[in-house]
Amino acid sequence: MKSAVIVFPGSNCDRDLAVAIESVTGTKPHMVWHGESELPDGLGLIALPGGFSYGDYLRCGAIAARSPVVKAVVAAAERGTPVIGICNGFQVLTETGLLPGALMRNEGLNFVCRDVALTVDNSQTIFTSRYAAGETLSVPVAHHDGNYFADRETLDRLEGEGRVAFRYGEEVNGSARQIAGIVNAGGNVLGMMPHPERKIESAHGGTDGRRLFEGLLEAVS
Amino acid sequence: MKLRIVVTLKNGVLDPQGKAIEHALASLGFSGVGEARVGKLIELDVADGTSDADIDAMCQKLLANTVIENYRVEKQ
Repeated sequence: MKSAVIVFPGSNCDRDLAVAIESVTGTKPHMVWHGESELPDGLGLIALPGGFSYGDYLRCGAIAARSPVVKAVVAAAERGTPVIGICNGFQVLTETGLLPGALMRNEGLNFVCRDVALTVDNSQTIFTSRYAAGETLSVPVAHHDGNYFADRETLDRLEGEGRVAFRYGEEVNGSARQIAGIVNAGGNVLGMMPHPERKIESAHGGTDGRRLFEGLLEAVS
Repeated sequence: MKLRIVVTLKNGVLDPQGKAIEHALASLGFSGVGEARVGKLIELDVADGTSDADIDAMCQKLLANTVIENYRVEKQ
């Protein structure tokens, strides 16, 4: 599967994400710099990594969401290309409007960096097909601004349409309805705060993140 | 033309930083402080004659995230 990892100034999970994708798909992703205005053809996945793009200036993900390459990512997403945004990547996706809501400062004000319990809410998406609904995973988070906010109507719609992919199985950051990851209406764009790319090999202390990429590979192939 | 753009969190959006400020003021012994809300002040120097529509578009497209924030433009 041909894939791309977008690299912004300040991204710091781009390499981990590329290694995770390569270890599952067997193919090295294209690393695409933020100033590019075009993406390679025939991508099966576009991945937006974690980090602190543009130093989190203005708001997390705000400047990245207006960068040249993200215009191309939005266009590809609208054509149905699978897109995953992890951590800062999730923040970027909400800033583009591809995903609803916003990620605010953690309720406890602290940066949270630890493994958390993550429950699979919907196993029918292209990202979660290798998980069982209701299954609890252990996946790390590392963020200061992961407190998911949306108005009640939007939250009801996300839940009603099965667009909550993951919820926290414990209190982590004050997120509305414990939401940890959501998909767009088309089901091809996932944003999540936890880092599945950090749980790929047993040496990472678990492999719960691996099945996300395996399911995606199967869905795209 | 100088602009001051004040970006504030919408009512109903929890502001953990504001809460921390409330608690810190109380711990300093200032009683009677109600709610604290933290916002941003952005100063812009724009060409004279920049239209209100353009200024509004700058706020909508970048300076404020209207999912969670309101903005107010002050011309000086």
